[in-house]
Amino acid sequence: MSAAQATAGHGGPRRTHDGSASKRIIVGYGFWIFLLSDIVMFSAFFATYAVLVGATAGGPDGHDLFDVPNVGVETACLLLSSFTCGLASIGARARNGLLFYGAMAVTFVLGAAFLGLEIHEFSGLAARGDGPTRSAFLSAFFTLVGCHGLHVTAGLLWLLTMMAQVYAKGYRADILRRMLCFGLFWHTLDIIWVALFSVVYLMGVAR
Amino acid sequence: MLGKLTWAAIPFDQPIPLFAAALVGVVIAGVLILVVLKGWFPYLWREWITSVDHKRIGVMYTFLAMVMLLRGFTDAIMMRSQQALAFQAPGYLPPEHYDQIFSAHGTLMIFFVAMPFVIGLMNFAVPLQLGVRDVAFPTLNSVGFWLTATGALLVNLSLVVGEFARTGWLPYPPLSELAYSPGVGVDYYLWSLEISGVGTLLSGVNLVTTVLKMHAPGMRYLRMPMFCWTTLAANLLIVAAFPILTATLAMLLLDRYLGFHFFTNTAGGNVMMFMNLIWAWGHPEVYILILPAFGVFSEVISTFSRKPLFGYRSMVAATMAICILAFMVWLHHFFTMGAGADVNAMFGIATMIIAVPTGVKVFNWIFTMFGGRIVYSTPILWSIGFMVTFVIGGMTGVLLAVPPADFVLHNSLFLVAHFHNVIIGGVLFGGFAGYSYWFPKAFGFRLHEGLGKAAFWCWFVGFYVAFMPLYVLGLMGMTRRMQHYDVPAWHPWLLIAAGGAAIILAGIILQIAQLVVSIRHREALRDETGDPWNGRSLEWSTPSPPPAFNFAVLPHVEGIDAYWSMKQAPPNAEPDYEAIEMPRNSPTGFICAFFASIMGFALIWHIWWMVAVALVGAYATFVVFAWRDRDEYTIPAATVARIDRANRGAREAALIHAQAAS
Repeated sequence: MSAAQATAGHGGPRRTHDGSASKRIIVGYGFWIFLLSDIVMFSAFFATYAVLVGATAGGPDGHDLFDVPNVGVETACLLLSSFTCGLASIGARARNGLLFYGAMAVTFVLGAAFLGLEIHEFSGLAARGDGPTRSAFLSAFFTLVGCHGLHVTAGLLWLLTMMAQVYAKGYRADILRRMLCFGLFWHTLDIIWVALFSVVYLMGVAR
Repeated sequence: MLGKLTWAAIPFDQPIPLFAAALVGVVIAGVLILVVLKGWFPYLWREWITSVDHKRIGVMYTFLAMVMLLRGFTDAIMMRSQQALAFQAPGYLPPEHYDQIFSAHGTLMIFFVAMPFVIGLMNFAVPLQLGVRDVAFPTLNSVGFWLTATGALLVNLSLVVGEFARTGWLPYPPLSELAYSPGVGVDYYLWSLEISGVGTLLSGVNLVTTVLKMHAPGMRYLRMPMFCWTTLAANLLIVAAFPILTATLAMLLLDRYLGFHFFTNTAGGNVMMFMNLIWAWGHPEVYILILPAFGVFSEVISTFSRKPLFGYRSMVAATMAICILAFMVWLHHFFTMGAGADVNAMFGIATMIIAVPTGVKVFNWIFTMFGGRIVYSTPILWSIGFMVTFVIGGMTGVLLAVPPADFVLHNSLFLVAHFHNVIIGGVLFGGFAGYSYWFPKAFGFRLHEGLGKAAFWCWFVGFYVAFMPLYVLGLMGMTRRMQHYDVPAWHPWLLIAAGGAAIILAGIILQIAQLVVSIRHREALRDETGDPWNGRSLEWSTPSPPPAFNFAVLPHVEGIDAYWSMKQAPPNAEPDYEAIEMPRNSPTGFICAFFASIMGFALIWHIWWMVAVALVGAYATFVVFAWRDRDEYTIPAATVARIDRANRGAREAALIHAQAAS
């Protein structure tokens, strides 16, 4: 084991003039860069939403459509899932199977519940004729919120794959690095949701 | 079963695309037959297609760029000849075909020539310059390349199956909306760029991480060669700008596929939002292309002037200043939108400010050459040609940054001349400088100097003959993208421009000849030492071509121009060789791109079951990759020693010879 790997556990900043950073830092750092790019993509959708929020083409606006209690439950599910995802990360690092699998399973259930509520909201809107084709405002709304929903869906797929990987391969260094990335991804979805909840739903019903 | 795809998609009634497609088909079939007959396929698969070696991937990127340059240039020659002929006449290209050609020309040249060219050079040179053995994410690198190739494949497929967009290289709505462009052309454009955009983003993430986190011992940030700095800045821009492109094109796709109203004329859609979003990506894109070229020129000028780069720290500051300012000027692409005098003035001033760090760089290059012992080889000819040409292009850019002038010149041939002036004179000359500079490093032999210089002069002269008339035409009021015209005063200038394109064609033919002649005479052009130019940075301390592991022993860096100072010191004793672990090759990138190609094609033609199959296939590919147990292989110390010793002898003999001579 090289010196770089031996000191890798702390995750603290390493002075670059000592040579390359450890693999764990490189992977985490690269994934952060990717997440930042993802946040830039969301910011494009946010900006679009802000431009089009008034373009209702005579149709309903957010005040008419948004069901805040429903979204409140969604928010609770997602925030709680971030906590359980954190527990799963601790479980993986401590190599505690019960904590890891248990917390991952709860994370999955909460994420799926969030997604179910969102699909319920979307289908309700579409059934009333307030689907994304109704107005530019609704196009922007469905795209922004739906893009987050797609990310959660991808996250759930990743979560199941991650559990299967730990089951098949054990707590290997490369698996743990992947788990680190998954945790970062899941928490980022939370951060985006907080912005989404504030900008879309709260500001929408406040009028 | 096959969505919108029918036999009507094949343009049987149009001889030109059909003939071109047949020709390309024959060439591809010929190459495939040759590969199979000669038994090269296992070699190609093992050493190139599945390679995760940054040098191989860099070479493949550059190769893709050069092949696509031929296609893009064919479009250019067709446009120039059409405009030369179409004075009070229809010419030989009907409007619907001409519109596809200028759209394909711009799309190919930016996304599949300029981008892969600079990304290829960065991939090849940066890890060598940093003194490391690979990039941060080798397999991701391969995925990024193959997704870029998928995009290029789809654009070229549109030649035979269906049609390409007729909406220009940026598909402005409402023209690009389904109501006005019902065909598959815009869909080809959108899906190609969505897929290759993901590849570019992966490449950006990879190179940012590589430059910031991977270094030889002692290689601090302010000891990195200039090319690494410009790579960092360009890839930061990729990470920050390409997601905007992805989002914007996704919105247009939603409009076209699902009836959304982002950019439609109806239901509250906002057309100008598209211009703002696309140029919020598009202007940084300009700097994504030119910054790596600036880096190449810095390396080349310093090497062939036999001097350290003048004002290294001001160069770093200028690079990072451009990186930030690149995001603050996008509105100058549509001053005519009518945002008002205040907004236009603000963006006009920001645009003029961004010329300042660029000016700093030009002076630094000139001062690097000043007092140097300049060796006039091909790479520095490209660099000097660049400095002259780019300054002219920059000046016309500053002129266009004045909003009232822009109102007169907007969308005229003056603009076309301006951006060709900076992109050919900057990016392409930079690419060619890098190509001739690093070719011996990549392949172990130099390119033929005489033919290289001849090619440079054809390109240089041809550029001026082809594009200076376009400035004149723009001032005379000729707008871009005209299929025919009836103003007699324009005709002579367009004839001159067509002559310029012919001179550039001669340059391209000379470049192909240079490659062929160099390969045939490779023994005479062999680079035994690995340091053919008396270089300054670490890539020249490796053999040519470098072994898979780049450095037998990681170099210890003491300052700027690391290898130059090593050469001044007495030769080291032979180091203790250790076994080296390198990433194993992986077909993940190729297979992933295979599924991405199928998915893109199926999406374009609305073949939904095929989309689902391809998605599942891509996911399965990643799971299989994620399930691997061994991702590295070990090169034993004895092998490392054998490879290194073979080069050490030649290198030391050359050094002693050089020291004795001086």
